[in-house]
Amino acid sequence: MTTITRLAKYRLFWPVAILVVLLLSNLIFTPSFFKIEVRDGHLYGSLIDILRFGAPLILVALGMTLVIATGGIDLSVGSVVAICGALACWRISEQGDQNSVGGVLVAVVMALGLALLLGLWNGFLVAGIGIQPIIATLILMVAGRGLAQLITDGQIITINSSPYKEIGAGYLLTFPVPVLIAIVVIVVSVLLTRRTALGMLVESVGGNAEASRLAGIRSRRIKLMAYVFAALCAGIAGLMISSNVSSADGNNAGLWYELDAILAVVIGGTLLTGGRFSIGGTVIGALIIQTLTTTIYTIGVPPETTLLVKALVVTIVCLVQSPSFREKVFKGRRQRPPTPTAPTSDAPTKVEVPA
Amino acid sequence: MTGISKEFPGVKALSDVDFRLLPGEVHALMGENGAGKSTLIKVLTGVYDIDQGQTTLDGTDVRFSGPLQAQQAGISTVYQEVNLCPNLSVAENIFIGREPRRFGMIHWSQMEKRADALLERLQLDIDVSAPLSTYSLAVQQMVAIARAIDISAKVLILDEPTSSLDASEVEQLFRVMRQLKEEGVAILFVTHFLDQVFSISDRITVLRNGRLVGEYVTRELTLIDLVGKMIGKELEVLEQLEEQPKPALAALERGQPLIEAQDLGRKGAVSPFSLTIHKGEVVGLAGLLGSGRTEVARLIYGADKADNGQLLVDGKPVAMRGPRSAMGHDIAFCSENRRTEGLIEELTVRENIILAMQAVRGWTRPIPRRRQDELVDKYIKALDIRPANPEAVVRNLSGGNQQKVLLARWLITEPQLLILDEPTRGIDIGAKAEIQRLVAALSDGGMAVLFVSAELEEVLRLSHKIAVLRDRHLIAELANDDEVDADRIMETIASGARA
Repeated sequence: MTTITRLAKYRLFWPVAILVVLLLSNLIFTPSFFKIEVRDGHLYGSLIDILRFGAPLILVALGMTLVIATGGIDLSVGSVVAICGALACWRISEQGDQNSVGGVLVAVVMALGLALLLGLWNGFLVAGIGIQPIIATLILMVAGRGLAQLITDGQIITINSSPYKEIGAGYLLTFPVPVLIAIVVIVVSVLLTRRTALGMLVESVGGNAEASRLAGIRSRRIKLMAYVFAALCAGIAGLMISSNVSSADGNNAGLWYELDAILAVVIGGTLLTGGRFSIGGTVIGALIIQTLTTTIYTIGVPPETTLLVKALVVTIVCLVQSPSFREKVFKGRRQRPPTPTAPTSDAPTKVEVPA
Repeated sequence: MTGISKEFPGVKALSDVDFRLLPGEVHALMGENGAGKSTLIKVLTGVYDIDQGQTTLDGTDVRFSGPLQAQQAGISTVYQEVNLCPNLSVAENIFIGREPRRFGMIHWSQMEKRADALLERLQLDIDVSAPLSTYSLAVQQMVAIARAIDISAKVLILDEPTSSLDASEVEQLFRVMRQLKEEGVAILFVTHFLDQVFSISDRITVLRNGRLVGEYVTRELTLIDLVGKMIGKELEVLEQLEEQPKPALAALERGQPLIEAQDLGRKGAVSPFSLTIHKGEVVGLAGLLGSGRTEVARLIYGADKADNGQLLVDGKPVAMRGPRSAMGHDIAFCSENRRTEGLIEELTVRENIILAMQAVRGWTRPIPRRRQDELVDKYIKALDIRPANPEAVVRNLSGGNQQKVLLARWLITEPQLLILDEPTRGIDIGAKAEIQRLVAALSDGGMAVLFVSAELEEVLRLSHKIAVLRDRHLIAELANDDEVDADRIMETIASGARA
């Protein structure tokens, strides 16, 4: 008991525990769930699939983490996913030789360049003009789908480019390329935030904007960077998704990704109010969501009920995460209530309102 | 109320305070910031529980466990900020939550009729079906009062009701207060405006540092007496500091001022003022609450933009574009609101201390961890911050230690001018003495300090020069020589003379 109580003091204890429980529960339905094998020099297995298909969500959620840490939110990431995929596929489809590596590189750079611009736009609206983040990014969330369709001319662009296919479906040294890309971006984010002072300044701005201003922090610049980073991450995710299916669908690519990403961030222990953030937590949060999706498909939940099942599990996950909920549930059973330690507190605080 | 005590962790907010309120009187509760006025009100209205002491209402013992219970017993409070719903109608605001009903539906016509009658009692003739927001703040205040007396009409507590009203609106409010008094309502009136206290109240209770100074009949008290009683003298406290010789002004090298404000001002904040600060000089800002002390400090730091005048650093005019420009000229600012404008509470002591220095370096050049630890350790030791753990979360520190963390943040930037706005407010005596000693030591070391405090004794003890503010004007600048004492400053504040 004591070991568990001590373990529970770690920030990531509950997210990790939830992930483990979810993974183990798959064993009941799929005994071979944990089996990983090498076929044709490629790693195969359910766990690898979770990582492979979870990679875009991990990327988007990483960007979202920084934005949320500054006290903001970015609803437009799903649209950015669609726009970047559309631009890259359109550019490749216009080429004479779709298999030219140079041409694919140009397309990728163009798409990421556009993502950068979109991030600057969001950052400008939020930090420059001072529009509330939820409204500012809602603009691009709605308009962005239109932009993506404009690029694809309202059609689904299908391409046949083997170099481009590598991004989302390729393998390098037996590992799936998207997983490697995700690992690189995770490492870059950790270095960027924890090896420089950026992480602390982001937490400071999100924790108390006015105090940060008076301490001389250029909070606008910090916020702008967070939105640019979020858009870039979404751009890379857009490339992965469109590459994986070799097509760009302006309507459906990255649909509702922003919500999954926000969920991943919250499950990972970063508060929506901003301040302290946890990149590790976000990665685990994204993996929890992807595992959940995979599980629902593998155990054969009827398609029409998948969303409902997902909602139920997410509700349970959030409740388990909430220290005040755990306290309430365990209070009666134990002599001493367990010390609430997990960083998230979704429970509403009671405010006395004097009449 | 007799022998009321209330303690918060680390702070004794009220100790052994007696307070009585008679029917049919207007009773003013006076005291400086942190004197315990709002705590007393909250204890009275059941927002806080009482640690010690007794409350009696109409001769019977009562103990309220919440504001609702107090309200049912006949005690209503109207707070400083009108807490009504501006988008609802006047009548709705008065009866919200207790609307007259008929067949389970709101009986609109009766509600409006009753609202009309109620406001007529307050000599207010307005359209009760119009949204509250269409009326002036004074009327809104009146509506809040109407609501309060309709719920229960024995005791009415008005907490700073006049702070956002103009003179004629205040008069209107006073007329209503006098009328309610005639009807036998006991009114407790809290304000920082001294003139208003004398024109409306019958008796005055003065609190200081959580203790009762006394209860006085208003017409037997002069303005200067009152100011003196409010500010008081802390005799037993800070004796060590008392022994220090008064700051030697003559020994200071004058010459070119470090900072010179020329007609610096901002509409609605403070009228244009001029002030010079020399190297190694402690300039104190004295004045009552709302006199513009903080505003002066904020303008010099650039926390608010001045719309008049200019600021000279080392004799050269500088463009103040905000805190960053001030920091570029080695000016540091500790805000009076530690929690909302100073510290990032969820970050650690270490992070809070290095924050300003890191902000100047920019995010790409992090302060090496070893250097951080050195700096932080040094200042934790120098300022005796407890717990002496750089990784402790600032939220969990006591007020005094939080203040020291904030001070440390600015001290490591080695400023030439340190602006301290109420650095000793709400912290215990020990920490207070330490901070005062620190200010004296910094000044000896050549740092200029702009010291803002509501406590006159403190300002007198530390400053070489005292600038006196009243009603958002800098009215006098006094060299702190032997002739200047608390009485002289109180006189200056009371008379409002421009010296």
